[in-house]
Amino acid sequence: MSDSVSPPADPIKPRDGLLTRFLKATELDTRLIGMVGALALIWVGFHLYGALVNNFGAFLTPRNLWNLSVQTSSIGIMATGMVLVIVTRHIDLSVGSILGFCAVVMGMLQVYILPPILGLGHPMIWIIAVVAGMVTGACVGALQGALIAYLKIPAFIVTLGGLLVWRGTGFLIARGETISPVDPTFALLGGGPYGAIGATGSWIVGALACIGIVALSLNGRRQRRKFKFALRPVWADVFLAVLACGVAIGAVLLVNSYPWPKGIVRQYAQREGIKVPEEGIFISHGFAIPVLILITVGILMTILMNRTRFGRYVFAIGGNPEAAELAGINTRMMTVKIFAMMGFLAGLSAVVASARLNSATNALGTLDELYVIAAAVIGGTSLAGGIGTIYGAILGALVMQSLQTGMVLIGFDAAIQQVVVGSVLVLAVYLDILYRGKSK
Amino acid sequence: METEMTDRSGTPLVELRDISIAFGGIKAVDRVSVDLYPGEVVGVLGHNGAGKSTLIKCLSGAYQADSGEIFVNGEKAVIKNPRDARSYNIETIYQTLALADNLDAASNLFLGRELVTRLGFVDDAQMEAETRKIMYRLNPNFKNFASPVSALSGGQRQSVAIARAVYFNARILIMDEPTAALGPQETKMVGELIAELKRQGLGIFLISHDIHDVMELCDRISVMKNGQLVGTENVADVTDDDILGMIILGKKPERVA
Ligand SMILES: Nc1ncnc2c1ncn2[C@@H]1O[C@H](COP(=O)(O)OP(=O)(O)OP(=O)(O)O)[C@@H](O)[C@H]1O
Ligand SMILES: [Mg+2]
Repeated sequence: MSDSVSPPADPIKPRDGLLTRFLKATELDTRLIGMVGALALIWVGFHLYGALVNNFGAFLTPRNLWNLSVQTSSIGIMATGMVLVIVTRHIDLSVGSILGFCAVVMGMLQVYILPPILGLGHPMIWIIAVVAGMVTGACVGALQGALIAYLKIPAFIVTLGGLLVWRGTGFLIARGETISPVDPTFALLGGGPYGAIGATGSWIVGALACIGIVALSLNGRRQRRKFKFALRPVWADVFLAVLACGVAIGAVLLVNSYPWPKGIVRQYAQREGIKVPEEGIFISHGFAIPVLILITVGILMTILMNRTRFGRYVFAIGGNPEAAELAGINTRMMTVKIFAMMGFLAGLSAVVASARLNSATNALGTLDELYVIAAAVIGGTSLAGGIGTIYGAILGALVMQSLQTGMVLIGFDAAIQQVVVGSVLVLAVYLDILYRGKSK
Repeated sequence: METEMTDRSGTPLVELRDISIAFGGIKAVDRVSVDLYPGEVVGVLGHNGAGKSTLIKCLSGAYQADSGEIFVNGEKAVIKNPRDARSYNIETIYQTLALADNLDAASNLFLGRELVTRLGFVDDAQMEAETRKIMYRLNPNFKNFASPVSALSGGQRQSVAIARAVYFNARILIMDEPTAALGPQETKMVGELIAELKRQGLGIFLISHDIHDVMELCDRISVMKNGQLVGTENVADVTDDDILGMIILGKKPERVA
């Protein structure tokens, strides 16, 4: 074996321009940069449009961005699962309906079934409901996965059927009624002033994020050195770490600058026996709980995809299903697991979505499949299979939700929103094809 | 290179007995029996579509034979899928290479048998280091460890497939046209590799269209035509023309008794 340090895959050459050098040194994904650029364009665009046409730019305000973060959670959680589905060359059109179905199951449990047994407001109610919702989602997903893997029915058909079946089943169970109010503790999982962790908590989260970023960066260097692989230049590593920490701290500052509304402050002060001074009290929202759920899901799913055998097999199946099978991977069981996981995440999204509305209806999550698939595709998941990232899908969810929120803010009506969202989905796939054609 | 005679008095390492498999009425393999002894290289020859790949896929677990039996070390083996084959230390280089194009060389080499850290996470750095070691041995010109194998040349991809089969200490090695995409230098190295593995006592099924390679590397040859076995001969006993006759005309060489 040679003792020399092996060269990096794409070494910097003397005639590379400044930008090329920068990109190669940091190993930043051009696609990620493109996505962030698109996001910036959408945000600034909607803000300016509001400022010019309505005389009020409502987009780039702490209030709107905080709400945007909460609204992104439900789609984002499911989008991480959709990455696995699409990477393995499948599709799941039923996620919105599974969400509605799980929401109804959880609603029935906490409003009609559990209180008579355990007593109203029993602390176990919300826990049982949440677990039941996610298990329901996982079972539904596993069933669909089994039909796809063992009976060889295309995923497109199975989940298109599921789109109707689960929506209809939810309707039958709830008899078409809205089930409310949900358990008060359960409701916190949907965000809102009480469903957020406040200023101090947010700083702790921000600090943990920074520690994690630095640790990851150092560990990466150590690993590369241990095996004598080429190291990134120090300045590039430092730049990336500082940038990531900056984003984390920026997010904390943002969520902490959005105060509780006056009414909630008054309520809270009354309960705690605090006197509210003339100018009011500034109580920060901080990160909303659903956002923390999304971040946790994102981290766990990233670890799953990049650091476990399971994730490796997901990519292998997407790259070449036959090769995966010949390598001894039980591809059918993998398909069942992947769809079960998708269903599980739809159940978790159902928790967030119904908690946010403080009610459950079978209509919850209608058209979510479109947003979720669009999020994954915009985030770089290739419909040809084999390629996709979790962070990309979450960013994609943020893009989709930004579009949606922005259009609501400037007063586009629902019909226009549909036209735009549908077109964006098609455009995103086309851009993906262009991008891959070029990078080949 | 003169191959020494292998000892064929003991039990064979592998024995395929009366293997048949059909696809939609077409008999791809029809009652074929072949065997393989330790330290032996058996060439499997035949024209395109003769059923060579299909036959060895029954041994590698990719297909299940409709009828027939497989014996490993004299004991009946049940091979229902590629995992079973691996558990008998059977490794295969497929004609199609069977690589996941989106993964890098190391991920492909260890696919299904990843090295993991103490916490159970895949150990990419360790796997890459191991891959560098074996590739250095097989193909020192191979430098492309970070890119997905879709970005590699045909020969480089073939090197990855060969490395995968060799890395895990196979006892039985199946090579389905392993040098089809290789340059002369790399082909020579594979020849040397086969000779070395043979010395270590492996049994190798080598499928090839190159008669010279076969004459040089193999101890015996089994020729197939239209799914059936034409015959099995000691390489030392036959000429190039005899083999060509078996392949093209499907007739056994006439023995001068
Ligand atoms: N999965 C399959 N489905 C249907 N027919 C098949 C399948 N696999 C092989 N066959 C058929 O079986 C026959 C034998 O094919 P096989 O691939 O074993 O030939 P081969 O001897 O390896 O040829 P080559 O030298 O071209 O690699 C062919 O007629 C082929 O069409
Ligand atoms: Mg073949």
